[in-house]
Order: sequence, then structure tokens, then C-alpha cells
Amino acid sequence: MIAIIDYGMGNLHSVSKAVERLGYEAVLTSDPQTILEADGAILPGVGAFGDAMDNLRQTKLDDVVKFYAASGKPLLGICLGMQLLFSESEEHGANDGLNLLPGKVIRFKGDFKVPHMGWNKLSFLQEQSPLFNGLTEGHVYFVHSFHAKPEQSSDLLATTDYNQQVTAIVGRSNVYGMQFHPEKSGELGMQLLGKFLELAKSKQPQ
Amino acid sequence: MLAKRIIPCLDVKDGRVVKGVNFVNLRDAGDPVELAATYDKEGADELVFLDISASVEGRATMIEVVKQTAGEITIPFTVGGGISHVDDMKRLLRAGADKIGINTAAVKNPSLVQEGSRKFGSQCIVVAIDAKFNAEWGEWEVYTHGGRQTTGIKALEWAREVERLGAGEILLTSMDADGTKDGFDLKLTQAVSDSLGIPVIASGGAGRVEHFSDVFQQAHADAALAATIFHYKEMTIREVKDDLRRKGVEVR
Repeated sequence: MIAIIDYGMGNLHSVSKAVERLGYEAVLTSDPQTILEADGAILPGVGAFGDAMDNLRQTKLDDVVKFYAASGKPLLGICLGMQLLFSESEEHGANDGLNLLPGKVIRFKGDFKVPHMGWNKLSFLQEQSPLFNGLTEGHVYFVHSFHAKPEQSSDLLATTDYNQQVTAIVGRSNVYGMQFHPEKSGELGMQLLGKFLELAKSKQPQ
Repeated sequence: MLAKRIIPCLDVKDGRVVKGVNFVNLRDAGDPVELAATYDKEGADELVFLDISASVEGRATMIEVVKQTAGEITIPFTVGGGISHVDDMKRLLRAGADKIGINTAAVKNPSLVQEGSRKFGSQCIVVAIDAKFNAEWGEWEVYTHGGRQTTGIKALEWAREVERLGAGEILLTSMDADGTKDGFDLKLTQAVSDSLGIPVIASGGAGRVEHFSDVFQQAHADAALAATIFHYKEMTIREVKDDLRRKGVEVR
């Protein structure tokens, strides 16, 4: 079973449906027990970093996510959920994140359109990552105004180019993050989500 | 670099696709969910549903369509038509829509753009503008109510105003080009696109494959929308994209 962590940020319906279409049982939940028992967990999120962290803290789900990550089972942050994995964000003043990955989330600066919205091409930096096994680089769907800067280059698995190198996929042992929306990114998005779910090894009999 | 987007548009009335749709392999050509899934598989980058239901029941049906579609497709989709309140937006976004299109309601009540973008984020709010050349002014005028009513508002000024109010994108339909199949309105599209910092979706007039490269390369549109030509299989999304790729336009 895959837990999709519901902490009041954004529409989780599409993520949940995508997981089900890939043949896994998806449960939208804010219950710590259910999350901790899951074979894989997804931290989605749309909205502001500070609000999201406030919601996680108020419901004590911040500790649950950290505990889950420490358990060694696969965890995936999507969009804002990926940004929350980092140490801090400068969105609306400095905010602490979950600190599972060292690095900062910063605003796009420059003479170009923000948010970075639309289909952009991935470059796989670490071909050996289990997420990329057998996949070909292609376009995925981004919507974001802030982007993450991992401190350690080994945590950066894939990037895209938007007037600069932009973090697209991060990973460190069992903790992964995708800045784009795999559930809205056509076939490649579904394949990447599928590779993550394979790590959870909880495929239900069809 | 962002890819240029190709967006089919479906007119939906009381939960059924209207305007002839000519897909041969569909079990039910009037089912918006099945049609959306087909376009997803064919390589559409996004979809637009325009709800033209006139009744309360029809609108309630649309929520169901949105829910089912969200569960079936893997690309973002916009829902527009008759949305006049942030509560309407919330219901549709909750049901799984990624973006909300507003047109007449934005002209009547511009603060709706501001309210919507503050509440849900700019990226959710698409302002649709129906524009027609006004020879007297020497520029384009905004029309509302499905193109039936003049407003006395200049399209360029209106586009800049909605950007200021927080619109994330403009869906720009040329009433002069719409239905002609002679190509997108390049002058209008370029005028609006070049004066804005938000993406512009060009709409109206697509009839041949090369019309798409024209609107991207000459008029700087970020996306192009079409209905009839795709519904009637006059061309496929793949053919459009192959042509764009050959001409050096980045597509997915």
C-alpha cells in the first residue's frame, strides 16, 4: 500500500489515481499509523512552503515523515513536497524545511517568465539511479516559482534547463523528490512514478 | 527551454461533447472522458473543456466529468465556461481540474481574477479573451457572452490588466480568424504576446499543419489551441508536432 500524505495542501486526487493506474493500492491519509505501515509514501503539495510546514507541524506529520524516511522505506516528495524535503526555503521569509536533504529552496531571479510553467526536458545526471532504469530523457510538466539548490551534487539526479540549470529530480538513498508533476507528465511521468513505486515492492496482484 | 504546447478544446454540454467529433475508434464519441484520454495518448500537451451547459444540472454534471477525467488522463487540463465565483473555481479544482478559465465573468468583475489567483495561485487562472478587430480604433476589441456582446474595451489593455490582476495565462481567441481555417491571427497574437510577461495560448483559425509553426515562430505564442481540425481528424497532433520538430520548434 502506498500512503499519500494528506496535510491539507492541494489536490491529491490526481496523484492517488495515477498510483492506482500503475497497479498499486493508494490511500489518502493523515493518520501516522497508516503512513508508517505503508510500503511507500508520497508527500505531494501545491501552495506556499511556510503554510505547508505549518500544517505538517500542527498535525505532527513533520515527525512522521522524518521517522518514515529513517525507516528506509521509499519516500517521494512531489513539487512543493520535494521542496519541503530540503533544509530551508526563502519563500516569504526564511522557513525551515524537513531537512532530509541539505540545501535551500530559492526564488527564480531574472528576466524571464515566472512561474516556470509547462513542458521542459529532463537531463538525467545519474543514469545509474533506479528511477531511470531503462527510461529515455524527455519532457515533463513543471509549475513552480521557487527551485531547490541541493548542497551535495550527489543528491541531484536530474535537471532541466530554464535560463539556468534547475533541479528536477533529487534522491538520497530511500528519499526522492520530483519538482515536476509526474502525474501530469504523460507517459514519461507515469514511468518515473512507476520506477519509484517499484522500489516500494508492494505491487498488488492484478 | 519550454516546449510549445498543442491543446485540443472540447465543448461539453450537459456532460456530453458537442460539435461533431469524428474519432473512429471511440466506443462513445460523445463521452468527454474517453475523448480526453484519446487526446492524451495522441500527444496533446494539455486539454481545455469548455462547459456550454446552460442549466444548473448541466454544471453539476461537469463536476462529475472533471472528476472522472482527472482519474483517466496524465496531462493538465483547464475547465472554463460560466464560472463566475471563487466557489465555482474551488469546486472544479477540488474535482481535479488544474486550471480555471474565465471570460465574461472577468470582464464583469475583474476582482475575480485577483481573488482566484490569490487563493489558488496564478498558475490556476487562465483568462480567456475573445477579440475582434475594430476598424474604427485600428485595434482589437474584447467581446463577451460567447462573442455576442461588445464591451468597448481594448484587447491589449485588457490583457495587460488581467496580467496585473494575477492571471497566469491568456487564452486568446481571434473572432476574425475563428472558423476560417486560414490560420491563426498572427498580428493579434503577436501584439498580445509581445506585450505580456505571461504565456499566451493562441486560438481560432487553425486549418493546416503549418499554421502552428507560423503562430509559434512569427507571433510568439506559447501554446496553440484547436478544436474542429483535431475532432474531425483533418490532422493529428502527431502530424502537427512532427512538422514543428522539422522546423526547429521545441515540442514534447
